[in-house]
Amino acid sequence: MSEPTFQDTVFQLKQYWATRGCIIQEPYDLEVGAGTMAPETFLRVLGPQPYRVAYVQPSRRPADGRYGENPNRLYKHQQLQVILKPSPADVMDQYLGSLAAIGIDLRKHDIKFEEDNWEAPTLGAWGIGWQVMLDGLEITQFTYFQQCGGIDLDLVPAELTYGLERLVAFIQNVESVYDIEWAPGVPYRDVRFEDERQFSIYNFELADVPTLWTLFDLHEKECQRLLTEFKKRHCVLPAYDQALKCSHIFNLLDSRGAISVTERVGVIARVRKLALGVAEMWMTPEEAA
Amino acid sequence: MSLPFLLEIGTEEIPDWMIPSAAKQLDELFQDLLDRTRLGGTISSVDATPRRLVVRAQGISDRQPDSEELVLGPPKSAGPGAATGFARKMGTTPDRLSTESTPRGEYFAFKKHSKGQPATEILATELPQLILKIYFPKTMYWNGKGSERFIRPIRWLVALLGDAIVPFSIAGVEAGSVTRGHRQLGSQHIPVTTENYAEQLRSSFVELNFDERLLRIGSQGDLDLARTLAYMTEWPTPIEGTFDAGFLTLPAEVLTTVMRHHQRYFSVKDAHGNLLPRFVAIMNTDSDPEGLVRRGNERVLRARFNDARFFWEQDQKKPLEDRLEDLKHVTFQARLGSFFQKTERVVALVKELGGDQNSQRAALLAKCDLTTDMVKEFTDLQGIVGGLYARVQGEHKEVSQAIYDHYKPLSMEGEIPSTETGRIVALADKWDTLVSCFNVGLLPTGSKDPLGLRRAAQGVVRIVVEGQVKFDFPGMNDALREFMRDRIETYFRDHRGFAYDEVRACMAAGWADLVDLQSRLERVQAIRPTPDFEPIAASFKRIKNILEQAKFSERIAVLANLLEPGPEQDLYQEIRRGEGQPLESRIAALRPKVDLFFDKVLVNAPDQAVRHNRLTLLLNLLNEFSEIADFSEIVTQTNEPKN
Repeated sequence: MSEPTFQDTVFQLKQYWATRGCIIQEPYDLEVGAGTMAPETFLRVLGPQPYRVAYVQPSRRPADGRYGENPNRLYKHQQLQVILKPSPADVMDQYLGSLAAIGIDLRKHDIKFEEDNWEAPTLGAWGIGWQVMLDGLEITQFTYFQQCGGIDLDLVPAELTYGLERLVAFIQNVESVYDIEWAPGVPYRDVRFEDERQFSIYNFELADVPTLWTLFDLHEKECQRLLTEFKKRHCVLPAYDQALKCSHIFNLLDSRGAISVTERVGVIARVRKLALGVAEMWMTPEEAA
Repeated sequence: MSLPFLLEIGTEEIPDWMIPSAAKQLDELFQDLLDRTRLGGTISSVDATPRRLVVRAQGISDRQPDSEELVLGPPKSAGPGAATGFARKMGTTPDRLSTESTPRGEYFAFKKHSKGQPATEILATELPQLILKIYFPKTMYWNGKGSERFIRPIRWLVALLGDAIVPFSIAGVEAGSVTRGHRQLGSQHIPVTTENYAEQLRSSFVELNFDERLLRIGSQGDLDLARTLAYMTEWPTPIEGTFDAGFLTLPAEVLTTVMRHHQRYFSVKDAHGNLLPRFVAIMNTDSDPEGLVRRGNERVLRARFNDARFFWEQDQKKPLEDRLEDLKHVTFQARLGSFFQKTERVVALVKELGGDQNSQRAALLAKCDLTTDMVKEFTDLQGIVGGLYARVQGEHKEVSQAIYDHYKPLSMEGEIPSTETGRIVALADKWDTLVSCFNVGLLPTGSKDPLGLRRAAQGVVRIVVEGQVKFDFPGMNDALREFMRDRIETYFRDHRGFAYDEVRACMAAGWADLVDLQSRLERVQAIRPTPDFEPIAASFKRIKNILEQAKFSERIAVLANLLEPGPEQDLYQEIRRGEGQPLESRIAALRPKVDLFFDKVLVNAPDQAVRHNRLTLLLNLLNEFSEIADFSEIVTQTNEPKN
């Protein structure tokens, strides 16, 4: 087997960014919709402290599940998330270097940076950037963050989000993500298929809507309570966990078709309010609280 | 000495659609700089690629010419103390001041000589401001809060006047004489001069000239897409790929949308206009020696087409009609309810407009495709997908075509629906949107028009006029009436080429029937160049003024016995004689009578009964023609005499 495995590519990317000053973190241990939502990004990009980090973040998007039957769509996909804060002047060259590092000879391929300005309304976050197209395939979202939690950023971080399944399927030249070789002799299917199938059943059919609404309310209350407690005890990270829980439950409700378009705006506003509260608290020095 | 000039703003990839405007601004701003600073010279070219905005000029003076300016100081009456202060401010002594007489009295003055600055210094001050003045719809900062904003980070600058670098910096980037080539193919350190700049870039795989890049792409039968791609690439090269002919069973609309909008590929057709299982992609590189780029693009397209096929098959499991209920859960607009409710209103409106069974059926099913997977994935295809599904689901051809067309016209240039059924459905859909939104106060403001009301209104106007539909704007409130009047005026003036005063004049005579309005406009436009028209229009203006001044608007009959023999009788007879005949055949005879009347007859006669009768005569004349147009709105060369 001449092509690198899924895990080889992950190792190579982590190694590449480690040598460029990134802390290699492990995934955040809560359900998130994207690597951006992990506190390593959402909170660390705030404030004047430089920071460099890279981590794989399994990202759950319940509505994207296809019971393991679609070759390209997954309920949970793996993102390799890189934050370079502040963004260095040669950030694009560094990014292209990472592709070379995983064996893509750019001389033999076509790379385009197409405008794509990222925005996450539930996080009060947005940035300017591109989707990176490799031979017509979107492999990375490249964003210069401008605002997070509704706060203008002191230093502008570059966020690189690699869609690992797509990227590796491309490198290994397979048609279906399930045919990716994860480890030598072990296909992606063996590692993840059941995960996709069972969670599709739960997300689309079995998740109990009243229970989810109750959970949403409970986590929201807990987050709000911590935000209020903040004056006495500095407890930002646990509050953020509660906000993340709300965000994930919102996604579940959405995939159950339980949120009408009208309600949607309202629920997004509720999650956003929590995220904005957390960001504000993070930016407030402890002694001032 | 006169010198060549080069400015290159090196950036990260600028969105293609913003580049033409940025280049145009660079041109204008630099011309303005040359004019303001009196440096002379002419712009020889402005070029732009995704990674650079470039202006080149020739004949720029190395030094600004000296200038002389007369500065007025305090009034002479303020005394010698004031003169001393003024002299000090001017950097001179009081004995060098002069005295200037102005209409407001005598003033101390000083003829200030300014030595021209070296061009390099001026440019060094002006260029950073110029660059940051280029407007982009959405900008970013990249050097930390409060730093410079531009469309994307500026990474290098080349600024040369002759052989000399114009020294300035923006966001920590120093201007120099070194540019960068193509990201993968070229050198990243290319020293250039004003002479060899374009050549050096070309040898580093950057084609600076937009038209040259277009040539490399070839029009491929789609110039819009070719232009987009020419602004997305620095070294465009086409490659051809293929796909499985089995996908050709999917509708061409779906395949083309995937290729064009999602992948920016050109589709390929045979001589009969049928799609072939081929596509052309534009690479931003010089070649594809191992076929990797082609294979990669084919792979992506295959996945996309497989998705589309999957959506198509899934969607057929639930016919359009069975999706009506689901529309209750699709919001049209928060304050206007669901698409189900909208559908009910549109069906009723189609009925009210006299639509037959087919149009009512089409209106009923028109929005059902919003719940299909295909439209969720390819939103541009709404309506089109509904039409295609209706066809395969056995709906009448009139019905499926009407659904297919009901979003048309998509732009001012786009086609209106091709069938009568389609026009009535499209019209009712748009009119319902307008009436509903205006009823709850959702009006477009400034550049904001999220619901596309301007486009809907333009669509209404075009369908009614160009489709010859009987339509009287039912249920319009005052705000919508104003809005529509505006759109109608714009349409006839800007898109149909009628003069603005003709449009005003004809609209003042009513616009409840746009087809009639159009024919009146055509009549007025046709008689306008005839020699009698403008004078008679001027007379109408005069009549209107007279009536307004007299506050006279009684609609009564002229009393023939009160008419004075001569011009007044003659005018009356002429009006009687021409009654019922079209305007075109009357003005030639009427004009001299009107002129003579105003020449010889005093409207404001001392006798009240006579005066009233004369005003009545004029009012009747005015009214008779005002069904076509209010001719007093016509702007004439003839001077209007004061009465």
